[in-house]
Amino acid sequence: MNKKIFKIFAHIELSLLCLIVLSPIVLIVLSSFSAEQSLAASTFIPKEFTLANYEKLFTETNYFLWFKNTLFIAITNVIVSVFIIMVTSWIMSRFDFKGKKTSLLTILLFSMFPTFLSMTAIYALFSMLKLIGNPLSMIIIYVAGAIPYNTWLVKGYLDGIPKSLDEAAYIDGATKFQSFFKVVLPLSTPIITYCAVNQFINPWMDYILPSMLLSGDKQKTLAVGLFELIARGEEAQTTLFAAGAVLIGIPITILFLVFQKYLAKGISAGADKG
Amino acid sequence: MENKKSGKPILSAICSAIIWGSGQAIFAKEYIKGLLLFLIQVIFISIELVTGYWVEALMGLVPIFDIRVHGGFFTKGIWGLITLGEVKREDHSANLMIYGVLAIIILAVILVIAILVIKDAYKTQIEFEKTGKTVTFRDFIKKFMHKSFAYVVLAPMAILFLIVTIMPIVSTILIAFTNYSKNNLPPANLLEWVGFENFGKLFTVPIWSSTFIGVLSWTVLWATVVTLGAYFFGLLQATLLYNMESRMKKVYQSILILPWAVPAMVTLLYLRTILNGQFGQLNMFLKDIGVITQSIPFLTDPIIAKITVIFVAIFLAFPSFMIMMLGVFSSADSSWYEAATIDGANKWEQFRYITFPHIFTATAPLLIMSFSFNFNGFGTIYFLTDGGPVNSNYQFAGHTDILISWIYDLTLSQQMFAMASVMSILIFIFVGALSIWNLKRTTSFKNM
Repeated sequence: MNKKIFKIFAHIELSLLCLIVLSPIVLIVLSSFSAEQSLAASTFIPKEFTLANYEKLFTETNYFLWFKNTLFIAITNVIVSVFIIMVTSWIMSRFDFKGKKTSLLTILLFSMFPTFLSMTAIYALFSMLKLIGNPLSMIIIYVAGAIPYNTWLVKGYLDGIPKSLDEAAYIDGATKFQSFFKVVLPLSTPIITYCAVNQFINPWMDYILPSMLLSGDKQKTLAVGLFELIARGEEAQTTLFAAGAVLIGIPITILFLVFQKYLAKGISAGADKG
Repeated sequence: MENKKSGKPILSAICSAIIWGSGQAIFAKEYIKGLLLFLIQVIFISIELVTGYWVEALMGLVPIFDIRVHGGFFTKGIWGLITLGEVKREDHSANLMIYGVLAIIILAVILVIAILVIKDAYKTQIEFEKTGKTVTFRDFIKKFMHKSFAYVVLAPMAILFLIVTIMPIVSTILIAFTNYSKNNLPPANLLEWVGFENFGKLFTVPIWSSTFIGVLSWTVLWATVVTLGAYFFGLLQATLLYNMESRMKKVYQSILILPWAVPAMVTLLYLRTILNGQFGQLNMFLKDIGVITQSIPFLTDPIIAKITVIFVAIFLAFPSFMIMMLGVFSSADSSWYEAATIDGANKWEQFRYITFPHIFTATAPLLIMSFSFNFNGFGTIYFLTDGGPVNSNYQFAGHTDILISWIYDLTLSQQMFAMASVMSILIFIFVGALSIWNLKRTTSFKNM
């Protein structure tokens, strides 16, 4: 009897929650097809469905350009940061050197300082380097920002790969880098996937620093462009925003769901308490 | 051995301290290495010479030498950091300070290299006198790459980190000790070092201290409630899901993960519209079904807005806890429960004494990580309410502003740079200490 009540309760609670979770998603998809421009005039379910918002996105805004800019930053960021993270953590895991523990602690400590709080200095630095408006500025920030926590996380993972495998490679005459590329890297695919997906998703929805460093309409990233569509107060183009958000939200959500297992494992690995 | 001591190693070190590599070349006949080290030194010195007017000064073309005008990257950098500029409208104090920090960081790197060169001159000479043989350049590189492999590979990353992360943070910290504010903006005005005056303001100027205490307590309350709320709400869903044998389990789980999977910025910006007090869809819906007759000001009433942001934050954060806990559930040993059943424990007691402690030990570090994340949970506040509604008793802060969003406003809208830096330092100390304490207890750290 008790079990049955529990079961009924569970079904009711979970389906109610699912309803709450799904409703904003359904609403945003619906309003992306709505003919009205702002929500003030629109009804709960649009009176007529139209693709006009999607059309406007490509004809009246630089959506495609924003998308290309972000894609470029995201892909470059994945390649560069994953390589740097892997090399750094490999060194930290396999080589003993003076100051190792201190340097790891120092980079971790400094990474606790939220990057955008030092925006004044970052802006000055990049204007000195003449990189304002250049996507390279954001890539540099993402790469430098990715090193601390990920190095620490991946180092823990690499420590779990037996050192005897490296040694066997050395005996076979491999150089240090050969053992890294042929032994260590192939065995680290799960953690590489975690870092790569994270580094890829990050730039799509990062707002503060890109809005400062890449402010020209031609250099904007998607997050900056989308935010400006909806943050205009009275003139907010909500339905246009909805269309833009749906177009980018779907691929990112799918990407997330596909790699869900890796992401969950990556997070719990960082908090593993033995 | 002892009476063979020639004093040459010391002499070699002194030579190399003045001209890099000269000790190695003169005494140990390592010419290529000596030349290479000397070239590195030349590069460093030419940075200073090329960026300044030293050559012209030596040629007598500069009648009155003034570091402010004629100094190079390093000397002018240090001058700027100390004085913060001397001529209004010409010297940009903030930039001078940032360049100064950069110059000091690069000088520190050069100093480290210099020490290594001097040490090497000394050691090379000792080795040379012991063996009487000159080490070829090729052998030196081989040995160097073997011994210092880690340093060589890490050097580029270290430089990147020093310039892109450390330099801005150090500059931001230094701004807290200046009078950089809206009333004193460079380059129209010069900044000055004011010591701990700004920190003092936080405790002596009533409007600052009351705002600080108010925002800080709300931040702590917010972070605590959101973290614990998401934790236990996630735990509830995980428990319900785990004990469900039906096919619906998978459906539920894939839907409930969505707030985590959908980009938070999209959700937050859209929720801002849905929750709008005048024409938001939630208000319309509640009116349509007759629950309310008047709109609820979800984002504009001080108390209701606080409750709203907390609920939204929990809504966004519970799925990650739910997924983590489902993972931990399945790692629980079934023999624990068998033993408990034999001892006559009921389901609740099993949960209370076996499942929960097991989950809690496995997820405690996540709890701390999540707390620091929420403490600096800028996105939720900024995209949802932008700190609003305005609190007239506060210094430039709204009712839902947490420390980090307040700092953002202080910097960008109010241009109270110095006070914003003071606050950043306090956040940094608080969150840094908490996170390091947390990291120290994890496995990865213990094996370090």
